[in-house]
Amino acid sequence: MIHTRGLTRSFRAKGETVEAVRGLDLDIDAGSVVAFLGPNGAGKTTSLRMLTTLLPPSSGTAVVAGHDVVADPAAVRHRIGYLGQGNSAGSNFRVTDELVTQGRAYGLGHAESRARTELLLTALELEGMATRTVGTLSGGQRRRLDIAMALVHEPELLFLDEPTTGLDPHSRANIWEHVLRLRKELGTTVVFTTHYLEEADLWAERVMVVDHGRVIADGSPEQLKADLAGDRITVGTADRADADRAVAVARALPAVHEVTADGTEVRVRAPHGDTRLPLLLRNLEAAGVRALSARLARPTLDDVFLTLTGRTLRESSDATAPTTTHDGA
Amino acid sequence: MKVITDTRTAFARELGPELRQPAGLLFTMMLPFLFLALFAPLLSGMGAAGGGTGGTGSPWQWFVPGMLVLLALSATAGAGASLLNEMSSGAFERLLVTPLNRAAMLVGRALKEVVVLLTQALLILVLLLPTDFRLHPLGALAGLALLTVFGVGIGALSFTLALHSRKQQTLFYGVQQVIFFPLLLLSGVLLPITQASAPTWLYVLSRINPVTYVVEAERALFDGRFAETGVLYGTLAAAAVAVLGVVAGIRGMRNATV
Repeated sequence: MIHTRGLTRSFRAKGETVEAVRGLDLDIDAGSVVAFLGPNGAGKTTSLRMLTTLLPPSSGTAVVAGHDVVADPAAVRHRIGYLGQGNSAGSNFRVTDELVTQGRAYGLGHAESRARTELLLTALELEGMATRTVGTLSGGQRRRLDIAMALVHEPELLFLDEPTTGLDPHSRANIWEHVLRLRKELGTTVVFTTHYLEEADLWAERVMVVDHGRVIADGSPEQLKADLAGDRITVGTADRADADRAVAVARALPAVHEVTADGTEVRVRAPHGDTRLPLLLRNLEAAGVRALSARLARPTLDDVFLTLTGRTLRESSDATAPTTTHDGA
Repeated sequence: MKVITDTRTAFARELGPELRQPAGLLFTMMLPFLFLALFAPLLSGMGAAGGGTGGTGSPWQWFVPGMLVLLALSATAGAGASLLNEMSSGAFERLLVTPLNRAAMLVGRALKEVVVLLTQALLILVLLLPTDFRLHPLGALAGLALLTVFGVGIGALSFTLALHSRKQQTLFYGVQQVIFFPLLLLSGVLLPITQASAPTWLYVLSRINPVTYVVEAERALFDGRFAETGVLYGTLAAAAVAVLGVVAGIRGMRNATV
């Protein structure tokens, strides 16, 4: 559904050339749900804007839904739906009018566009808002309307740029429920960007971790967490001497990523912690080290990012946000 | 044909808010209305100041066509502001990702501006019926047609300016203000600018101002005088503004990114 090779986008900012996206190579299958996860300024939005024909690439190629984004942007536009970070609907327009117009823009007849508008308003809990002016809606209602506008023509490929930022949990769940229903019923391919870790973890089948304009990891959330972060095992010991011995025992376990000691606590990072933990406890007992406590924690995608970059996503967002105003990437 | 369907879609979208809030029309016609109410009465002693009062000797006959040009300038020059708002909110970005024809997006918007302009112009003409302004039906129709062509051009130029100001919105308002008043004052809408009455430099500037020719053509047409060279020059000037605006606007729309 999406194939890119060496896709790159540079900007001129303050006399310098900034490479927002550096040589993106993507192959995304039809029907999949893919998340671009990364901090602000990583290049997620710029990537999406190139794939949706909003920005021409500086170099490289992108074929989206069978059409080249540079050679035939109109054909690409016809087959995709897009939700940007801003408000899709104009403030002075009526909710229904904007939805019907959106359907008309994609070639739907007036009656069909109107019928889909009514269905979407109901599905996204906006029934009472049909005749309201967009500017009078709350932030959550406006975002749900934005989603409705991206879905009104039932696209085969849907791009969502931070779809649920700023929404309450109920609205987030409502939006994802509808997007995934569409995907189930029509086989829609969904590509979204987010810096909500749990959103990528929960809804994406495939996560692409993006940093400084490059994809630095690519796989299912479970695979990334197992391969790159591993489960975290924490064992409490009686004293520092026991902790030091426990570190040696833990290091002898197979496929351990990292072992550290913090006072009397020993921390082990390893895949398949549920089987490693009993093995570690048995080995500690055999080595005469008394374990006072033991905890097993599943990793998050933030742990994956930390392993890959040495920074957490939150730290990265804070550090990069002020310098990436050129495209909001 | 897709471009026509898309133009209709873009036009219908833009017209919706105007139809729901027709009072909004009054705001953009405030400037000519104030001049008509507070300035035109001062011209009562000037008679045939502009050369041609339709035999009525009424200053209205000379002043009103200029006010319609002022209306066209003031109403359509700000058209790009709505586009600018949509560019900052995200609505324009969403439209750019739809398969709507880019030229249709511009023409649809410009046509809406024309509908608003013509409604305002008709409203002003109706309000002036009780005065001694004499309406020549055919001349008025031709004058409104000329105003339409001119309004399309100014509206399209305003959209073009907005498209080029997306990263720095103050540019739009700055350029608009810097251009608007000189074009207006140098066109002789308020007082005649003749070789006899004006310094040479001011007269020369007024003669290189295309709006001057549109104003003179409107005065002739609303006076029922079709067979004047001023009508031809005004038509050419309005057509040139329209072609320039639409070509630049369509090019700007086609190349528009975020």
